[in-house]
Amino acid sequence: MTIAIKGSQKTSQVSRRSVLAGLGGMTFCLAFGSDGASLLSEAQANTMANAQVTPWVRISPEGTVTILSAGAEMGQGSMTNLPMILAEEMDADWSKVAIEMAPADAGVYGYMMNDSPRMMMIVGSRATMYYYADLRLAGAQVRKVLLMNAAEKWGVDVSMLRTEPGVVINPGNGQRLTYGEIAAFGKVPSELPKVDAKELKARKDWRLIGKGVPRRDMAAKSNGTAVFGLDIKLPGMVYATTLHSPVHNAAPESWNDAAIKAMPGIIATVQLANGVAVVADRFERALAARDALKVVWKKGLASGFNSEEALNRDYAKIHHDPNTKSESVHAAGDAKAAFASAAKVYTAEFHSDYGYHAQMEPLNAVARFNDAGDAIEIWEGTQAPDIARTAVAKALGFKEEQVTHHQCYIGGGFGRRNGGDEAVEAAHIARAVRRPVKLIWTRTEDLAQGRFRPQSFQCLEAATDASGKVTGWKHCVIGDGGNMLLTGGMRIAYYGVPNQSLELRGVSHGVQIKHWRAVAHVFNVFAIESFIDQMAVDANMDPIQFRFERMGATPKARACFETVARMCDWKAPRPAGRAIGISISERSGSLGAGVVEISVDRTSGKIKVHKVWVAADGGIIVSPGPAKANVESAIIYGLSGVLHERVTLKDGVVEQTNFHDYSLMRMSDLPDEMHVQFVDVETRPTGLGEIGNPFIAAAVSNAFHRLTGKRLRHLPFTPERVLETLKT
Amino acid sequence: MVSFTLNGRQVSVDAAANTPLLWVIRDHVGLTGTKYGCGAGLCGACTVHLDGKAVRSCQTQVSEVTNKTVVTIEGLSPNASHPLQKAWVALEVPQCGYCQSGQIMKAAELLASTPKPDRAQIVAHMDGNICRCGTYHRIIAAVEQASREG
Repeated sequence: MTIAIKGSQKTSQVSRRSVLAGLGGMTFCLAFGSDGASLLSEAQANTMANAQVTPWVRISPEGTVTILSAGAEMGQGSMTNLPMILAEEMDADWSKVAIEMAPADAGVYGYMMNDSPRMMMIVGSRATMYYYADLRLAGAQVRKVLLMNAAEKWGVDVSMLRTEPGVVINPGNGQRLTYGEIAAFGKVPSELPKVDAKELKARKDWRLIGKGVPRRDMAAKSNGTAVFGLDIKLPGMVYATTLHSPVHNAAPESWNDAAIKAMPGIIATVQLANGVAVVADRFERALAARDALKVVWKKGLASGFNSEEALNRDYAKIHHDPNTKSESVHAAGDAKAAFASAAKVYTAEFHSDYGYHAQMEPLNAVARFNDAGDAIEIWEGTQAPDIARTAVAKALGFKEEQVTHHQCYIGGGFGRRNGGDEAVEAAHIARAVRRPVKLIWTRTEDLAQGRFRPQSFQCLEAATDASGKVTGWKHCVIGDGGNMLLTGGMRIAYYGVPNQSLELRGVSHGVQIKHWRAVAHVFNVFAIESFIDQMAVDANMDPIQFRFERMGATPKARACFETVARMCDWKAPRPAGRAIGISISERSGSLGAGVVEISVDRTSGKIKVHKVWVAADGGIIVSPGPAKANVESAIIYGLSGVLHERVTLKDGVVEQTNFHDYSLMRMSDLPDEMHVQFVDVETRPTGLGEIGNPFIAAAVSNAFHRLTGKRLRHLPFTPERVLETLKT
Repeated sequence: MVSFTLNGRQVSVDAAANTPLLWVIRDHVGLTGTKYGCGAGLCGACTVHLDGKAVRSCQTQVSEVTNKTVVTIEGLSPNASHPLQKAWVALEVPQCGYCQSGQIMKAAELLASTPKPDRAQIVAHMDGNICRCGTYHRIIAAVEQASREG
């Protein structure tokens, strides 16, 4: 069993046709049409206008099945998961499956989401969700070709044959041919057989999907051999690091160039659009030069920006000003009428600070030009190799074919690693110094130049009728980032509130902002589910009952609530000084309800989360181990954000500089218990990388209210804010 | 030139005395299992053993290790056979994996001095090592498993 990841052979160039470079065997290429994915023979693929059509599966005469994986591996297990889905339908012997990372070619290896062009960017828990159907069909096609070849060899009707992992069998006479044996003589027809969805394996016949196949990256990640972008070393490579403008996206005007260049080992300084790069023969020398850089910066858009003032003062003003521009996010029924005829109206406001990804591997990339200077290779771990490739091509004035991207393991993504910024910088620097370059951002740089989850303000209003049912719903979000970064999680389709008006009021600060594990769900779900709890308390009802009877929870939501209620023994008394809170969130097609049990140290203001229970409906669970690990990971990521993390800017500059003042969850904060369960359903897989995250703020806040009678309304719940809230 | 023993092998490097051991190991010698996380001794991703004690290699100047013995994740055991490494794989501890060399090296220090640690001892010992993927509970379980089977 071997795993080859591009970049793992540090100095060799793994060609995009490496899978083909064997000795015979059968190769299946992949092409996508308007009707979805289809496999092609190599012969047919090579006649296509796009000569770059690439292999997807290869079966060697020795029996090794090499499957390319488009699952950027940042810890979620997609690298293993995606080939496993194909192997299932192919009925491959998993112990003989080798995995290689797919090249950055979205037209061939990308997934299709709605009607958008194919893409490889793995964000929003998309990998399994969007590749699942295509990969099953492709696997079934490969199996069909193997069966046809065996039938022809034996002179029997193909319908008589069946497969076991890696073997075609004739049950009539017991004859067997391994896939490798077939590959030695077999032909891939120029027109591959079609496979109908009805021909796919029944769930009861699955041997791999849902069965707990071990991840393939565990050994390498336990012995130091897993290769991240940071670990690439090329002959003649030099090292670079950067100092970016403290106010985002301001250009350098001048710097102490002569003094820097006089320092030991310094090869060059390179001006970037928003920073200065120093290049040295050793990284420690580049670091020393960065420390010595004195740059005069031009003004940036965020110059003078004070994030706390904006959030605590300006956003509420914008909300109360009827003349501010508002954009409708969603409307249903007649919200105005529902409020006009309401028996009771509720309102509440919430705030949330900026958040930083804090992925453990700071941004980095390696770039190397060919001698002619008309082609470049990039090495990095990225969530979006396709976007990085396009961005590099654009920055250099190249065609995409001039850029080869080598995917590496990703030392944490969480939404930070999909813009191509570090690859573009490395490319610019490599062009300037005419040598292979490894660019590494320092942690301080990674934080100062973060692309943050935006800060935001939420105002919610609800109208209830005479029976107490919630009939009207208004939610206004204010912040920077538009629909993309602010409105996720606002739609409460898992409830049955008939009249809704959801709106967005945008501001612009010039601060870099971006997706962050579940992004807007974090603050919107916090507001929504805290608000519902507030109404349940007012109605003197059990919070789950309130959601069923007054919010019209859907059957899917009820199943999640009922499951988690059973898991945590919802009605059971809790130990003295502890209380539980509940919340629910949708994300990437999945739904998850969660409960936390907390206590509060009223002297220090520290909240301790003791237990967490999550019940999630993620459709069919393709890989139970990693699925559970993803939810656990998101619980911790979510808690870290809820209890600790805040970025603030003063005079346009990020105030935090490293992990001493941007605090992350540590082992001592870990809940004593975490329980994750999936609701057993037959529906298609949906995303699970982020479902464990957005529910948790409201669950903690609701537990806090049950314990103290006070409500936390500003994320994160730092000890200072907890103490302030307790005093109110 | 600075000379020291690295994973049982004598090495000599031409690095300035104040060069962080991290970059000496990674760039001068070429062992990349040890990771850069914060450069300030705050996350533990760069943890290695210096004469058997876990240290932050980003905060250790190469001159401090002259004639001493340094062990990295690559030298922790032959063929990744350390009980911790076996437990790490068996329990599928890593997610992104970037911090795990540091986690394992830190945990190995604990088991060397306290072969049967309880949960509180594990947490106290490991609290300086950040895992952003939140694998802490699996790290605890793996240390416990290694301590039982080691």
